[in-house]
Amino acid sequence: MTVRELMDDGRFRVVSPGENEDRKVDTVFCCDLLSVAMGRAPSGCAWVTVMGNMNTLAVASLTDAACVILAEGAVLDETARKKAGEQGITVLATEEPIFETALEIYKRL
Amino acid sequence: MEDAIILKYGISPDDFTRAGEASSDVKSKLKQMGVSPEAVRKVAIAMYEGEINMVIHAKGGEITVQITPDRIIMELADVGPGIPDVELAMKAGYSTAPDEIRSLGFGAGMGLPNMKKYTDEMKIDTTVGVGTTITMVVKL
Ligand SMILES: Nc1ncnc2c1ncn2[C@@H]1O[C@H](COP(=O)(O)OP(=O)(O)O)[C@@H](O)[C@H]1O
Ligand SMILES: [Mg+2]
Repeated sequence: MTVRELMDDGRFRVVSPGENEDRKVDTVFCCDLLSVAMGRAPSGCAWVTVMGNMNTLAVASLTDAACVILAEGAVLDETARKKAGEQGITVLATEEPIFETALEIYKRL
Repeated sequence: MEDAIILKYGISPDDFTRAGEASSDVKSKLKQMGVSPEAVRKVAIAMYEGEINMVIHAKGGEITVQITPDRIIMELADVGPGIPDVELAMKAGYSTAPDEIRSLGFGAGMGLPNMKKYTDEMKIDTTVGVGTTITMVVKL
Protein backbone atom coordinates (compact mmCIF):
# COMPACT_ATOMS: atom_id res chain seq x y z
CA MET A 1 0.00 0.00 0.00
CA THR A 2 1.20 3.53 -0.76
CA VAL A 3 0.82 6.75 1.22
CA ARG A 4 -1.59 7.97 -1.46
CA GLU A 5 -3.82 4.94 -1.00
CA LEU A 6 -3.95 5.66 2.72
CA MET A 7 -4.83 9.29 2.03
CA ASP A 8 -7.57 8.35 -0.44
CA ASP A 9 -9.00 5.73 1.87
CA GLY A 10 -11.57 8.10 3.40
CA ARG A 11 -10.79 6.86 6.87
CA PHE A 12 -8.37 9.65 7.66
CA ARG A 13 -8.39 13.43 7.64
CA VAL A 14 -5.43 14.78 5.69
CA VAL A 15 -3.67 17.26 7.99
CA SER A 16 -0.65 17.68 5.73
CA PRO A 17 -0.49 16.01 2.31
CA GLY A 18 3.30 15.76 2.20
CA GLU A 19 5.46 15.15 -0.82
CA ASN A 20 5.94 11.43 -1.00
CA GLU A 21 2.55 10.09 -2.01
CA ASP A 22 4.05 7.23 -3.99
CA ARG A 23 6.04 6.01 -1.04
CA LYS A 24 5.26 2.44 -0.09
CA VAL A 25 4.06 1.84 3.48
CA ASP A 26 6.13 -1.14 4.61
CA THR A 27 4.83 -1.61 8.13
CA VAL A 28 2.96 0.01 11.03
CA PHE A 29 4.58 1.35 14.17
CA CYS A 30 2.92 2.56 17.39
CA CYS A 31 4.63 4.65 20.07
CA ASP A 32 4.18 7.97 21.88
CA LEU A 33 7.52 8.33 23.57
CA LEU A 34 9.71 10.11 21.06
CA SER A 35 13.02 8.67 22.21
CA VAL A 36 11.64 5.16 21.99
CA ALA A 37 10.20 5.93 18.57
CA MET A 38 13.55 7.39 17.56
CA GLY A 39 15.31 4.15 18.37
CA ARG A 40 12.70 1.79 17.02
CA ALA A 41 10.53 3.25 14.27
CA PRO A 42 11.37 1.27 11.13
CA SER A 43 12.09 3.20 7.98
CA GLY A 44 9.01 3.26 5.71
CA CYS A 45 6.51 2.81 8.54
CA ALA A 46 3.12 4.41 9.07
CA TRP A 47 3.71 5.78 12.59
CA VAL A 48 0.55 5.89 14.70
CA THR A 49 0.79 8.22 17.70
CA VAL A 50 -1.12 10.73 19.83
CA MET A 51 1.88 13.03 20.08
CA GLY A 52 1.42 15.94 17.67
CA ASN A 53 4.22 18.44 18.15
CA MET A 54 7.30 19.67 16.29
CA ASN A 55 9.44 16.91 17.68
CA THR A 56 7.10 14.25 16.32
CA LEU A 57 7.87 15.58 12.86
CA ALA A 58 11.60 15.64 13.52
CA VAL A 59 11.50 12.01 14.61
CA ALA A 60 9.34 11.04 11.60
CA SER A 61 11.76 12.73 9.27
CA LEU A 62 14.94 11.41 10.87
CA THR A 63 13.72 7.81 11.08
CA ASP A 64 12.44 8.05 7.51
CA ALA A 65 8.86 7.12 8.36
CA ALA A 66 6.47 6.98 5.38
CA CYS A 67 3.81 9.03 7.21
CA VAL A 68 2.49 10.03 10.61
CA ILE A 69 -1.03 9.13 11.72
CA LEU A 70 -2.46 11.00 14.68
CA ALA A 71 -4.96 8.77 16.48
CA GLU A 72 -7.52 9.37 19.25
CA GLY A 73 -8.39 12.79 17.83
CA ALA A 74 -4.89 14.11 18.60
CA VAL A 75 -4.10 17.36 16.80
CA LEU A 76 -0.98 18.82 15.29
CA ASP A 77 -0.20 22.23 16.77
CA GLU A 78 0.12 25.18 14.40
CA THR A 79 3.93 25.40 14.29
CA ALA A 80 4.09 21.68 13.72
CA ARG A 81 1.59 21.86 10.89
CA LYS A 82 3.71 24.50 9.18
CA LYS A 83 6.80 22.36 9.64
CA ALA A 84 5.05 19.33 8.14
CA GLY A 85 4.23 21.44 5.08
CA GLU A 86 7.79 22.72 4.76
CA GLN A 87 9.36 19.31 5.20
CA GLY A 88 6.85 17.51 2.99
CA ILE A 89 5.79 15.06 5.69
CA THR A 90 2.40 13.38 5.26
CA VAL A 91 0.27 13.68 8.41
CA LEU A 92 -3.16 12.03 8.66
CA ALA A 93 -5.59 12.05 11.57
CA THR A 94 -8.42 9.95 12.96
CA GLU A 95 -10.68 9.78 16.01
CA GLU A 96 -10.09 6.02 16.28
CA PRO A 97 -7.86 4.58 19.00
CA ILE A 98 -4.24 3.71 18.24
CA PHE A 99 -4.70 -0.06 18.19
CA GLU A 100 -7.70 -0.07 15.84
CA THR A 101 -5.99 2.42 13.56
CA ALA A 102 -2.82 0.37 13.36
CA LEU A 103 -4.71 -2.88 12.89
CA GLU A 104 -6.71 -1.52 9.96
CA ILE A 105 -3.56 -0.39 8.20
CA TYR A 106 -1.78 -3.62 8.97
CA LYS A 107 -4.59 -5.66 7.40
CA ARG A 108 -4.20 -3.79 4.16
CA LEU A 109 -0.41 -3.65 3.90
CA MET B 1 42.36 14.64 6.97
CA GLU B 2 42.41 16.80 3.88
CA ASP B 3 39.34 15.51 2.16
CA ALA B 4 37.05 15.81 5.18
CA ILE B 5 33.96 17.98 4.90
CA ILE B 6 33.28 19.83 8.14
CA LEU B 7 29.87 21.09 9.22
CA LYS B 8 29.33 23.18 12.36
CA TYR B 9 26.08 23.98 14.16
CA GLY B 10 25.34 26.17 17.16
CA ILE B 11 22.63 24.66 19.35
CA SER B 12 20.42 27.04 21.36
CA PRO B 13 19.31 25.98 24.83
CA ASP B 14 15.61 25.46 25.69
CA ASP B 15 14.43 26.01 22.12
CA PHE B 16 12.26 23.03 21.32
CA THR B 17 10.86 24.49 18.16
CA ARG B 18 14.34 24.42 16.61
CA ALA B 19 15.71 21.29 18.24
CA GLY B 20 16.51 18.77 15.56
CA GLU B 21 17.29 21.28 12.82
CA ALA B 22 21.01 20.51 12.85
CA SER B 23 20.35 16.78 12.60
CA SER B 24 17.85 17.32 9.78
CA ASP B 25 20.37 19.43 7.90
CA VAL B 26 23.10 16.80 8.25
CA LYS B 27 20.63 14.14 7.16
CA SER B 28 19.73 15.94 3.95
CA LYS B 29 23.38 16.78 3.17
CA LEU B 30 24.46 13.16 3.62
CA LYS B 31 21.59 12.03 1.42
CA GLN B 32 22.65 14.45 -1.30
CA MET B 33 26.21 13.15 -1.06
CA GLY B 34 24.93 9.67 -1.75
CA VAL B 35 25.76 8.17 1.65
CA SER B 36 23.88 4.87 2.15
CA PRO B 37 20.39 5.21 3.65
CA GLU B 38 21.39 2.91 6.53
CA ALA B 39 24.35 5.13 7.51
CA VAL B 40 22.27 8.29 7.08
CA ARG B 41 19.64 6.87 9.43
CA LYS B 42 22.24 5.97 12.07
CA VAL B 43 23.83 9.41 11.98
CA ALA B 44 20.45 11.16 12.03
CA ILE B 45 19.16 9.20 15.04
CA ALA B 46 22.35 9.43 17.09
CA MET B 47 22.87 13.10 16.38
CA TYR B 48 19.24 14.02 17.09
CA GLU B 49 19.36 12.36 20.51
CA GLY B 50 22.59 14.18 21.32
CA GLU B 51 21.20 17.45 20.02
CA ILE B 52 18.03 17.11 22.12
CA ASN B 53 20.13 16.32 25.19
CA MET B 54 22.11 19.51 24.64
CA VAL B 55 18.82 21.43 24.54
CA ILE B 56 17.20 19.71 27.53
CA HIS B 57 20.05 18.89 29.87
CA ALA B 58 22.78 21.36 28.97
CA LYS B 59 22.78 24.97 27.91
CA GLY B 60 23.07 24.33 24.23
CA GLY B 61 26.50 24.10 22.67
CA GLU B 62 28.18 23.27 19.40
CA ILE B 63 28.05 20.28 17.10
CA THR B 64 30.82 19.55 14.62
CA VAL B 65 30.32 16.89 11.99
CA GLN B 66 33.26 15.59 9.96
CA ILE B 67 32.50 13.61 6.86
CA THR B 68 35.38 11.58 5.48
CA PRO B 69 35.32 8.90 2.79
CA ASP B 70 35.18 6.09 5.34
CA ARG B 71 33.48 7.54 8.44
CA ILE B 72 31.32 10.26 9.91
CA ILE B 73 32.49 11.77 13.15
CA MET B 74 30.08 13.80 15.29
CA GLU B 75 31.37 15.89 18.16
CA LEU B 76 28.76 17.40 20.49
CA ALA B 77 30.25 19.85 22.95
CA ASP B 78 28.31 21.67 25.65
CA VAL B 79 29.12 23.75 28.69
CA GLY B 80 26.23 22.32 30.71
CA PRO B 81 26.24 20.72 34.16
CA GLY B 82 28.16 17.58 33.13
CA ILE B 83 27.09 14.00 33.90
CA PRO B 84 27.96 12.88 37.45
CA ASP B 85 27.54 9.12 36.83
CA VAL B 86 28.01 8.15 33.19
CA GLU B 87 27.36 4.46 33.74
CA LEU B 88 24.00 5.26 35.33
CA ALA B 89 23.12 7.81 32.64
CA MET B 90 23.78 5.15 29.97
CA LYS B 91 21.19 2.79 31.49
CA ALA B 92 18.02 2.47 29.42
CA GLY B 93 15.20 4.27 31.21
CA TYR B 94 17.38 6.49 33.41
CA SER B 95 16.40 10.13 33.08
CA THR B 96 16.52 13.32 35.10
CA ALA B 97 14.23 15.15 32.66
CA PRO B 98 11.52 17.23 34.40
CA ASP B 99 7.79 16.65 33.84
CA GLU B 100 7.32 19.45 31.31
CA ILE B 101 9.92 17.76 29.11
CA ARG B 102 8.17 14.41 29.50
CA SER B 103 4.92 15.97 28.37
CA LEU B 104 6.67 16.75 25.06
CA GLY B 105 7.43 13.06 24.61
CA PHE B 106 11.04 13.13 25.79
CA GLY B 107 12.64 11.90 28.98
CA ALA B 108 12.24 8.19 28.32
CA GLY B 109 15.88 7.71 29.19
CA MET B 110 16.60 6.12 25.81
CA GLY B 111 18.74 8.86 24.30
CA LEU B 112 22.22 7.78 25.34
CA PRO B 113 21.40 4.07 24.76
CA ASN B 114 20.12 4.95 21.27
CA MET B 115 23.29 6.91 20.55
CA LYS B 116 25.39 3.91 21.55
CA LYS B 117 23.23 1.48 19.59
CA TYR B 118 23.34 3.44 16.35
CA THR B 119 27.04 4.34 16.27
CA ASP B 120 30.19 2.28 15.88
CA GLU B 121 32.13 4.23 18.50
CA MET B 122 31.00 6.56 21.26
CA LYS B 123 33.06 8.40 23.83
CA ILE B 124 31.76 10.63 26.63
CA ASP B 125 34.09 13.21 28.16
CA THR B 126 32.33 14.95 31.00
CA THR B 127 33.22 17.02 34.04
CA VAL B 128 30.61 18.11 36.54
CA GLY B 129 30.22 21.88 36.48
CA VAL B 130 32.28 22.21 33.29
CA GLY B 131 30.45 20.41 30.50
CA THR B 132 30.18 17.37 28.31
CA THR B 133 31.68 16.42 24.97
CA ILE B 134 30.33 13.36 23.24
CA THR B 135 32.13 11.98 20.21
CA MET B 136 30.41 9.45 18.00
CA VAL B 137 31.62 7.64 14.89
CA VAL B 138 29.56 5.97 12.20
CA LYS B 139 31.65 3.93 9.76
CA LEU B 140 30.69 4.04 6.13
N1 LIG C 1 24.68 16.74 27.51
C1 LIG C 1 24.29 16.39 28.75
N2 LIG C 1 24.61 17.17 29.83
C2 LIG C 1 24.22 16.81 31.07
N3 LIG C 1 23.52 15.70 31.36
C3 LIG C 1 23.18 14.89 30.35
C4 LIG C 1 23.55 15.18 29.00
N4 LIG C 1 23.09 14.17 28.22
C5 LIG C 1 22.47 13.31 29.04
N5 LIG C 1 22.53 13.72 30.32
C6 LIG C 1 22.01 13.01 31.53
O1 LIG C 1 21.83 11.63 31.21
C7 LIG C 1 20.47 11.25 31.41
C8 LIG C 1 20.07 10.20 30.38
O2 LIG C 1 20.08 10.76 29.06
P1 LIG C 1 19.17 10.11 27.92
O3 LIG C 1 19.51 8.65 27.85
O4 LIG C 1 19.32 10.89 26.69
O5 LIG C 1 17.71 10.22 28.53
P2 LIG C 1 16.71 11.48 28.61
O6 LIG C 1 17.25 12.56 27.73
O7 LIG C 1 15.43 10.92 28.13
O8 LIG C 1 16.67 11.89 30.05
C9 LIG C 1 19.69 12.54 31.32
O9 LIG C 1 18.44 12.47 31.98
C10 LIG C 1 20.65 13.52 31.98
O10 LIG C 1 20.59 13.41 33.38
MG1 LIG D 1 17.88 12.28 25.83
